[in-house]
Amino acid sequence: MSAPLPRPAPFMPPRFNRHGVYAIYRFELARAVRTLIQSLVTPVITTSLYFIVFGSAIGARMQSVGGVPYGAFIVPGLMMLTLFTESIANASFGIFYPKFTGTIFELLSAPISPLETVLGYVGAAATKSVAIGAIILGTSSLFVPIHILHPVAMVALLLLTATAFSLFGFIVGIWAKGWEQIQIIPALIMTPLTFLGGAFYSIDMLPRPWRTLSLFNPVVYLINAFRWSFYGATDVGIGTSIAFTLGFLAACAAAVAWIFRTGYRLKN
Amino acid sequence: MPAAMQPAISIHRLVKRYDTGHVALHGIDLEIRPGEIFALLGPNGAGKSTLINIVCGIVTPTEGRVLAGGRDVVREYRAARALIGLVPQELATDNYESVWATVKFSRGLYGRSPNPRFLESLLDALSLADKRDARIMTLSGGMKRRVMIAKALAHEPQILFLDEPTAGVDVELRRDMWALVRRLRDQGVTIVLTTHYIEEAEQMADRIGVIDRGSLIVVEDKRALIDQLGERQLRLVLRRPLAAIPAGLADLGLQLRDRGDELVFTYDATRTIDVSALLRRLTELSIEISDMQTRQSSLEEIFVKLVGRRS
Repeated sequence: MSAPLPRPAPFMPPRFNRHGVYAIYRFELARAVRTLIQSLVTPVITTSLYFIVFGSAIGARMQSVGGVPYGAFIVPGLMMLTLFTESIANASFGIFYPKFTGTIFELLSAPISPLETVLGYVGAAATKSVAIGAIILGTSSLFVPIHILHPVAMVALLLLTATAFSLFGFIVGIWAKGWEQIQIIPALIMTPLTFLGGAFYSIDMLPRPWRTLSLFNPVVYLINAFRWSFYGATDVGIGTSIAFTLGFLAACAAAVAWIFRTGYRLKN
Repeated sequence: MPAAMQPAISIHRLVKRYDTGHVALHGIDLEIRPGEIFALLGPNGAGKSTLINIVCGIVTPTEGRVLAGGRDVVREYRAARALIGLVPQELATDNYESVWATVKFSRGLYGRSPNPRFLESLLDALSLADKRDARIMTLSGGMKRRVMIAKALAHEPQILFLDEPTAGVDVELRRDMWALVRRLRDQGVTIVLTTHYIEEAEQMADRIGVIDRGSLIVVEDKRALIDQLGERQLRLVLRRPLAAIPAGLADLGLQLRDRGDELVFTYDATRTIDVSALLRRLTELSIEISDMQTRQSSLEEIFVKLVGRRS
């Protein structure tokens, strides 16, 4: 230790810590880049499997749904399914990991606001899941012809859903006390809700009591709105669907605000 | 108040009560002077880490106020935290990251624009330059600790908190750490460290605060603390044992030890003795001395005395 230590220069932190947001964002994306093969190959393989099973094996025996061939019909649902799981997984891991290793002390002692922290973590998680959504769309187009009726709405819904579920994942990551709890929310809540949410069928295909029950499943509205942006057809009103998506986003944002105000599971 | 006079940290009536009802800090008042090395000394569970964590924003205070460079650490947290660097007790690192990436991350997180030249010279000074692209998991414990310090210094803080910097570190690394802390102080950085190794405080600190069960029981210059509370002893080893203390020396409060082989003279900082006068009197009494030693109580003995007095 012979080289002289550099003398510290004082500075006044800016009102908005953009360097801090970028540092978190970059750090989180760097983790995805380190595991690039897993990040890219897994969704491609999964999507292909869905197409082989649902699209070819089962879809070949099915009529078109609302005028859309079955293979194409499942694309928006498949994208949504992945978007939910990837957003929750990425964001919950992102904030749980520093809690687990203890590096969270740095985040808590840095001159960075809750909003800036969330922008970094949720922004990175949403970026990753949108990228994976795009990969699935690309893979799907190899199997079935894809038309997007409302591309602007489609992109907007993709971003909105990715953000909402990344926020939700962030909450899960803060709430979780162990790795099991990180797994439990996607496995126990999201997968059933998505499968029963019309990812692979129109809820109109269900018998009456199940159809009515489905209307209480928020995922129905998200998938429905997204499928509308592709094919224009809807099971439930598009207005209701978009209102549901925004409502979910608002609820997650409120929960995150509460977490930072009270320091819930972050601070003593 | 001119900037030079302003305390680096000032703590007013700080109380921390946990939800469990446990009171970790009972109304702490403390000022840290700019440019000093302050050691917070206390047994495990005394409240050292709680105090540091409140100043750094990791724990929320129940009552009281903390200012860093005159900025309230809660209300003006951006300005206050920008001044502070923290090296926590545990080695918490992102094992999969490279040294360079993690140091760069810390600088960005604290809101500073990139400055590769500064970070390079920092790694250089911490002997980490050749490890800049190594993953943290491949580094030794001592190097990881230096990475933690590099991260804490990456945003060029004026005040550095070191929580138990040498806990579980071997002797050589401990000496390195002490040297590093002194170099930092020479660069104008104020240093607050916690330790339960008294030797560490004794070696490095300018001032010492002793904390026990959530209260600061003494804050004093290190020298003054040792002088005021410590004892000095002059031990005279005699050539021929004495059966009793001669009458001519009775006024000095000497003790005869080791079967009359040793005369021990105990005094404190308030009482100075004239050693040559003492020796002259011994010579007059034909008492021959084969060896002599002086010693003063270490901070450790003082500490035990202080903490023991309270229980």
